[in-house]
Amino acid sequence: MSKYHVLQDVKDCIGCRACEVHCKEKNNSGLGVYNCKMVEVVAPEGEKMRVDFVYLSCFHCKKPWCVDACPTGAMRQRDEDGIVYVEGAACVGCKACITACPWTVPQWNPETGRVEKCDLCKDRIDAGLEPACVTKCTTGCLTFTTPAKASQASRQAFAERIMKHRR
Amino acid sequence: MSEIKHTICGMCAVRCPVTVRVQDGKPVWIEGNANDAAMGKSLCAKGGATFAQRDDKQRPLGPLLRMGKRGEGQWREVTWEEAFSFVSSKLQGIIEEHGGRSVMFSDRGGPFADLRQAFVKALGSPNYMNHDCTCGRNTHHASRSVYGMGRKGFDYDYANTRHLVLFGRNITESLKVKEVKNVLKGLKNGAHLTYIDPRFSVTAGKATRYWQIKPGTDYALLLAIAHHVLDRGYYDATFVEHYVTGLDEFRTFLQPYTPEWAEEQTGIKAKDIMAFCHQLNEDRPSVIFHPGWLYTRYQDSFYASRMMHIMNALMGSIEQKGGLFYVKGAKDAGKKGLKSIAAAVPAVKEERADGCGSRYPHFDTSGGMLHLALEAADKADPYPIKAYFIHRHNPLIALPDPEEQRRILDKLELIVAVDINYSDSAWYADVILPESTYLERSDILRMEKGLKPGFGRRQQCVAPINNTKAGWEIYVELARRLGKEEYLPFKTIEDIWNYQLQDTGVSIEDFEDKGFIKLCDDPIWYDRDKLSFGTESGKIELFNKKLEAQGIPSFIPYAAPDEGPSGSFRLLFGRCGYQAHGQHQNNPILSQLLDENHLWIHPTPAAELGIKDGDWVEVAQGNVSGRIRAKVTGRIHPQAVFMLHGFGTQVPLQKRALNKGLADQIFLQGKLTDWDKAGGGVNLCQSFVTIKPAASQELK
Repeated sequence: MSKYHVLQDVKDCIGCRACEVHCKEKNNSGLGVYNCKMVEVVAPEGEKMRVDFVYLSCFHCKKPWCVDACPTGAMRQRDEDGIVYVEGAACVGCKACITACPWTVPQWNPETGRVEKCDLCKDRIDAGLEPACVTKCTTGCLTFTTPAKASQASRQAFAERIMKHRR
Repeated sequence: MSEIKHTICGMCAVRCPVTVRVQDGKPVWIEGNANDAAMGKSLCAKGGATFAQRDDKQRPLGPLLRMGKRGEGQWREVTWEEAFSFVSSKLQGIIEEHGGRSVMFSDRGGPFADLRQAFVKALGSPNYMNHDCTCGRNTHHASRSVYGMGRKGFDYDYANTRHLVLFGRNITESLKVKEVKNVLKGLKNGAHLTYIDPRFSVTAGKATRYWQIKPGTDYALLLAIAHHVLDRGYYDATFVEHYVTGLDEFRTFLQPYTPEWAEEQTGIKAKDIMAFCHQLNEDRPSVIFHPGWLYTRYQDSFYASRMMHIMNALMGSIEQKGGLFYVKGAKDAGKKGLKSIAAAVPAVKEERADGCGSRYPHFDTSGGMLHLALEAADKADPYPIKAYFIHRHNPLIALPDPEEQRRILDKLELIVAVDINYSDSAWYADVILPESTYLERSDILRMEKGLKPGFGRRQQCVAPINNTKAGWEIYVELARRLGKEEYLPFKTIEDIWNYQLQDTGVSIEDFEDKGFIKLCDDPIWYDRDKLSFGTESGKIELFNKKLEAQGIPSFIPYAAPDEGPSGSFRLLFGRCGYQAHGQHQNNPILSQLLDENHLWIHPTPAAELGIKDGDWVEVAQGNVSGRIRAKVTGRIHPQAVFMLHGFGTQVPLQKRALNKGLADQIFLQGKLTDWDKAGGGVNLCQSFVTIKPAASQELK
C-alpha cells in the first residue's frame, strides 16, 4: 500500500464533486473517466432520510492485483512510496487490470483505448504539494495524510472532546 | 515563464477570489485565492471547469449577425467593426425615433454592473435591469420594509452561530464557497441547523432538524413561530424595547396563528414547532433566520421573507456575534469608496418602463423588474421599447414562459446579446457580441463590503483565444460610436481603475500582492447600543406606514396556497452544486457530471401512477409536455415534483446539452404576469403539472 492516505470527513462533505472536476482538469482525464468519485449514499425508502457522499479513489494496495494482472508492465508501483500508477504509453487496453481489481478501480478511456487511474497526482507530491482533489476541496473535507497521522489526529480530537467534560 | 495572478472567478454569480498560475501564456493551475483566509485554496466544481470553458469551441467565438429568422440559428461571422457598426447604427435610428428610453438592458447584477449602468444612462435610458425579479427581489424589498435597507446590508456570522434557520436556502448546493465553509464551521462548533424545504436536499442532510413542509406554506409556519415566540416571551425583550416599533400590532395580528393551526396548514407537528421555538430561546441572540436568496416562489414569499427578517429582530441577532452583522463600507473605515462611473452620468428624468419608483413606488429603482419591462414592451405602455441588450443573462430560461417571452421579444427591433455561451436568449438575438471568458478579461474594480471592507480586482490572466472582447471594451466602444464618449472616456482598463481609485489613496499596484486590498486591519462592529436603521423612524419597523399608504398591508392574513387541479403536482426546481443557471450544462467537464435532469416524485403517488424509479414519464401542462426520467424518492413532498433547472436547451450548437433533460420553465405558462404585488418577484413555484408514464423507448 502507498504510505499516503486521503482521509475524508463525511460530515463536512457536501457532494459538490469539485474533487472529481479538479482531478479531471489536472489529469486531463477522458470522457466519463473518474479517477476519484464521490459516491452518493441515501437511506433506504421508509427509513429516516439521509444523504451522504463517500470519496472513493484507488487504495494503492500493497500487492496490487492490477499490477500483477497487467501483461505489459504498464501498471506499476513506485518503490519509494507505493503509489500505483499506469504508464499510458505502455498500456495496450486489454482491461486485465479492470477485471483483476476487486473494486474495479482502473478507469477506461474510450477515446485513447487505454486505462487511466489515480496516481495521487504524484508529480505534485514530488514537488512537495498535495493531490488536486485534496488541495482544492470546497469544504476542506479531504485531507492528504498518512494512516499514522490520521489516527493520531483522530485520537487527539477525541481526547480534546473528552477533556471538555473533565470534572 | 511562470506567473501567479489573482483574479475573481466568473463561472457563476458568486464571484469567488481565485489564483491562477500561467505558464508561457497558458493557464495551468487554478485554485481559491488563499490570501483570503475564509476562501483558502478551495474551489468549487464550476470554478474547477474554468479552463474547460475557455477551451470549449461550442461557444460564440467571434461576433455574429443573424441571417434568418430569430432563433433559427443562421449566423454570419462578422468583424467587430461590422458588428459595432451594425449595432450602433440600428441603435442610433431607434434612439432618434423613439428616444433613449426605448432601450432596455438586463444583466445578472453584481459588483461589476456600474459601467453597464453608466452605458444605459448615457444612452438616455432609465431601463437598466438585473435578474433579481427571479431571485432576491422579494427578500430585498422585505428587508427594506423592516430595516430600511436592502437585503445585502446584512451578512451572517455563520461560524459563530448557535442556530441557523433556512427556508429552502440550500447552502450546500446553491453554493457559495466561503459561506458553506463557515456554515460547516458553525456546525462543527455545535450549532443547530433547522432546514425547511419540501425537498430533502443535501443541506437537509446536514441539518439537526429537517421539516418536509407542505409546499407553499412557509408563511404559515413563520406566523406560528412568531406567535409562539411572542406568546412565550422567547424573544430579546431589551433589544425589541430599544429598537423595534409596531410590536403591539404584530402581536394582535398573530393571534389566530397558533402552532396547532400551523400543523394543519404545513404538516409540521405543533409540538415540534414549540420545541423549536424553545430551542431558539436558548440559542438567541446567536440565531440567524436566513431571509432567503432566490425567494421568488409563492404569492406570499415577500411576507414570508418579512417574517424571517422580523424573527432576526425578535431574536436580537442584529450586529451580534453569531447573528447578523452590517456589512461595512469604505466610509466605516474612514476612507473614500470607489468612484462610480454611472453616478457621473446625468440622471435620466424619464419614468422607468417597468414602473419601479412611479407606478410601483415601493420597488427599488436600482435593479428594476424585468418581467414588468417585458410587459411594458408588449403593450408599449408607458412607451415603446425597441431595443434590448442582454448581458450574460438568460431571461428565456430564467423567467417563466419562454413562448410568451418570444412573442414579446418579436416586437423589438434590436436584440443584442453579450455572452460567453450560446444561451437560449443569445440564440434568439440579432447580434451576438461574444465576451471573453473571465480568465481572458479584466473588469472594473469592485467594492467588497464586510466586517473588513476593501476592494477587489478581476484582472485578465491570459489572452483571449477567440475573437472576443471584454464587456467594458464593448460598451466603451458602443458609447463612443453613439457620441457618448464623454461618459465613458476610457481607452484601457487602467484608465477605468484609476478613475475608480482617484479618491481612495489606493493604487492599481496595491492589488498585485493579494488580488484585493482591505481598508482596515480589524473587523468593524457598530456599537450595539447606538444602532440606527434606514427606516422613517430610524427603528426596525414591523408596521410599515409607507407600504400601508400604497394599500399594501404590513401584515397580510394567511391564505392557503392553491393546490392545483386534482391529480396535479406543484412543480419545484432547484440546482445542484456543480451546474448553475443553465450556464454549465454544456461545459466539457461539467456536462460529464450530469447531462440530464430527473423528475423527483414521491413513492406514494408514483405507485398510484405505476411509475418506478428510472422510468420515463411525461410531464404535461395544457398543450405543453415533455419527457424525463423519474427519480422515485421520499425526499420530495408527495404534493410536489422537482427537477433541476437549466436543462433542455434548444440551442443546436450546445451539442453536449441539446435535447438532454427537460426544462422546467416551459411549464410556467402564464406565470410571466403572475408576480408578488408586494415584493415584486415572479412566482416561480406556482405551476402545476400532471405526470404519467411514458413509452419506455430510449430517447436520443
